Amino acid sequence: MFDNLTDRLSKSIQKIRGQANLSEDNIKEALREVRVALLEADVALPVVKSFIEDVRERALGTEVLTSLKPAQVLVKVVQEELVKVLGEETSGINFNAQPPVVILMAGLQGAGKTTTTGKLAKFLKERENKKVMVVSADVYRPAAIEQLQTVAEQVGVEWFPSSVIDDPVTIGMTALQAAKKGYFDVLIVDTAGRLAVDEAMMKEIKSLQNSINPTETLFVVDAMTGQDAANTAKAFSDALDLTGVVLTKVDGDARGGAALSVKNITGKPIKFQGVGEKMEALEPFHPDRIASSILGMGDVLSLVEEVERKVDKKEAEKLAKKVATGNKFTLEDFQSQLLQMQNMGGMSSMLDKLPGMSNLPDMVKDQVNDKSTGRMLAVISSMTLKEKRYPQLIKGSRKRRIANGSGTTIQDVSKLLKQYNQMQKMMRKFKGKGMMKMMQKLGGKLPGGMPF
Amino acid sequence: MINFFKKKNKNKTDKDKLKTDAVTEQVTSDADADAAASKPASQPAHDAGVMNQEIPIDAVDPKQTTPAAEPAEVEIVVPPELLAQGVEPHQYQLSQQLSKTNDNFGKKMKQMLSLKKQIDEDLFEELETTLLMADVGATATMEVIEKVRKSLKRRNLSDSDAVFDALKAQLTELAQVVEQPLIIDESKQPFVILVVGVNGVGKTTTIAKLARKYKSMGKKVMLAAGDTFRAAAVEQLKTWGEREDIPVMAQKTGADSASVIFDAMTSAKAHNMDVLIADTAGRLHTQANLMQELEKISRVIQKNDDTAPHETLIVIDGGTGQNAISQVREFNKANALSGVVITKLDGTPKGGVLFNLAAEFGIPVRFIGVGEKSTDLKSYKAAEFVDAIID
Ligand SMILES: Nc1nc2c(ncn2[C@@H]2O[C@H](COP(=O)(O)OP(=O)(O)OP(=O)(O)O)[C@@H](O)[C@H]2O)c(=O)[nH]1
Ligand SMILES: Nc1nc2c(ncn2[C@@H]2O[C@H](COP(=O)(O)OP(=O)(O)OP(=O)(O)O)[C@@H](O)[C@H]2O)c(=O)[nH]1
Ligand SMILES: [Mg+2]
Ligand SMILES: [Mg+2]
Repeated sequence: MFDNLTDRLSKSIQKIRGQANLSEDNIKEALREVRVALLEADVALPVVKSFIEDVRERALGTEVLTSLKPAQVLVKVVQEELVKVLGEETSGINFNAQPPVVILMAGLQGAGKTTTTGKLAKFLKERENKKVMVVSADVYRPAAIEQLQTVAEQVGVEWFPSSVIDDPVTIGMTALQAAKKGYFDVLIVDTAGRLAVDEAMMKEIKSLQNSINPTETLFVVDAMTGQDAANTAKAFSDALDLTGVVLTKVDGDARGGAALSVKNITGKPIKFQGVGEKMEALEPFHPDRIASSILGMGDVLSLVEEVERKVDKKEAEKLAKKVATGNKFTLEDFQSQLLQMQNMGGMSSMLDKLPGMSNLPDMVKDQVNDKSTGRMLAVISSMTLKEKRYPQLIKGSRKRRIANGSGTTIQDVSKLLKQYNQMQKMMRKFKGKGMMKMMQKLGGKLPGGMPF
Repeated sequence: MINFFKKKNKNKTDKDKLKTDAVTEQVTSDADADAAASKPASQPAHDAGVMNQEIPIDAVDPKQTTPAAEPAEVEIVVPPELLAQGVEPHQYQLSQQLSKTNDNFGKKMKQMLSLKKQIDEDLFEELETTLLMADVGATATMEVIEKVRKSLKRRNLSDSDAVFDALKAQLTELAQVVEQPLIIDESKQPFVILVVGVNGVGKTTTIAKLARKYKSMGKKVMLAAGDTFRAAAVEQLKTWGEREDIPVMAQKTGADSASVIFDAMTSAKAHNMDVLIADTAGRLHTQANLMQELEKISRVIQKNDDTAPHETLIVIDGGTGQNAISQVREFNKANALSGVVITKLDGTPKGGVLFNLAAEFGIPVRFIGVGEKSTDLKSYKAAEFVDAIID
């Protein structure tokens, strides 16, 4: 769904490609393009404004000191800011509560609450092995209760009957009692669509929230929403304690601006996305993947150029020589390599530029995130010179000392050593090819546990 | 206050409530304009709760506090100041319904215009903001602003009132192109209206509204439950039929949509119906197979009456952004569209994507939806629509 934004952004970035420096002037034009791109993608104006401001500041500030080309800097900054706005981690339903975990669905009319209730029930039942009950507190829309009953039957979860003559709070409370009695793990409460400005209706859902005290209150929003996404998200998050967002109808060709707006305004993670009308069409939302896809397929060329510029030439040569001559690759070398990586703007920003990287399993990606690079560096710097040169010395008590010294755990130390060992093997494999080539190779596949 | 626009609470009669509230009508003041203008753009300007708190009477704008009347059911009370300015009740009513909450931009602009007598870049930026926030879209907004600049230059005008007038003229020109009411051709028996659109935009509800409207005009109306896919879609339309006392032709969920509508046409003919309105399942315009299904519906309908459907209405959610353009484009490819309905304009969105639609497709906009009840339908009026955006 983000395709068009991608095209736009890369076009706007093309414009400043050939230029030598980032200045107030040339960045202005490029940022104007970025602004139009975001607006055409239906990102809400206030969000666009603050986004552009952040990008401008960062692009003109520290980044310009590096010797990167302006276009590269801007790509990098825009992308990092996108990631920042969308959030970095995938978050699911919070089960840290006394069962039944209550999930309250809220949103505008026709956003997809009832459908998402069915999908989520199926998801939790099948993937998380939960015993799920659903109930409709929509006593207004014609046949809303029947609609939920039908989807509940389709996905095979318990439907708690409700009636249009009851009031939503009573329905919620009664269902909660029943869910407790029946030892259900989850109770999902569907509600009527409502306008954020409808005072009476907002009051109603507030008292429903107060009485059933849900662990999750999910704001359901249509991905095709325009500027109003910001208003509505603000009003719902002011009125209710939201814990997350579900973005629906992502199977259309909307450019996804609503995702940026809602995330930015509510500060709450987008937890799931609806990708179709069928009950299986619900997926966990991966903000990191989406952010990098906004900028299109990885720009390998610029990555390589960046690496060439940033990597300390002497260090790299020293390393290459070492590998070539089969000299031992020590933890000291590993350390200097990690430091260089950090210099280049962190692992994840580099990784995201490589094609195919966004499809990596999360497990692999997790090993590569910048936090773990930092942790690895901390571990190494707590070692003595001797330990760095002869890592095989590091056993039980040394591990404990290093862990304590670096504020990490023994597991972290072991993990680092494991990664170092794999790295060493890999260095042998790539012997003579040098670091550049290795980086390129890594674009295709990532050996397990490697920090590349 | 707000429950005037949306009356989900069935137990209260809105009429009664309107009367009491109308008495508390307030007068405008500059103090309020200041307060509203200083609100950040991302906030819904009109916090409905505000009205229930103690607020000095002279600090409240009538626009925010006077309830909008319900169409045809209640008398519309226009604040005296506005009446003096020649504001018609129906104009007032619409701008109430369209703008009741987030009209801080309009207000901001007015205030700004009254402060600045000289045109400067800030002024144009404010105009731009107003249009962008109303979903007019970046490209169209820049075009409109450019035209405004040119027209001012041509006429050598330089005060802010002229800017406002020029902007209004530009927008009205665009909006007027598509102001063509739907006329039911009585020679068609029945006159078949096919209602299409993406998921959840308000097709079924709009059908109930249209049915009520034509019935109240003395026509014999029948509905066809052509959404045979979504859970309880048939029941939803049937419930509306019962409420409005209008016959609904339906088969089971899972039945072939085209044949449901075909059969309904046959039945409508047999029962001398004037109007047959057919519901269809919501579908995203990106789903090629579903769009083909829609083409098939038209073909099958034509086997029954080769001039049908006599009106193909696309329903657009007023909160939709620039995506509405590709919706109209794709649906128009599958089934030539003859009319547009924009719904949910009782909420905070302004529906500014209409200008893009008007410019690109020129398909007549027939109605707007302003609530969830069957009475919440209005004929589209360009002038009112523009006023709701920039006033
Ligand atoms: N294509 C697609 N359609 C969806 C998705 N989620 C929901 N829908 C459709 O959107 C329409 C509205 O969904 P509902 O679940 O009825 O929406 P709601 O929020 O419960 O609506 P109200 O209760 O009236 O406020 C239905 O036609 C659904 O099938 C999605 O992710 N993709
Ligand atoms: N506030 C408001 N809500 C509306 C309006 N029109 C429809 N709705 C609400 O929007 C929701 C969806 O309306 P439906 O008529 O079911 O929409 P639909 O297009 O038939 O949906 P699908 O058949 O699922 O694609 C319901 O909750 C309606 O009450 C309107 O003008 N204003
Ligand atoms: Mg619902
Ligand atoms: Mg429908």
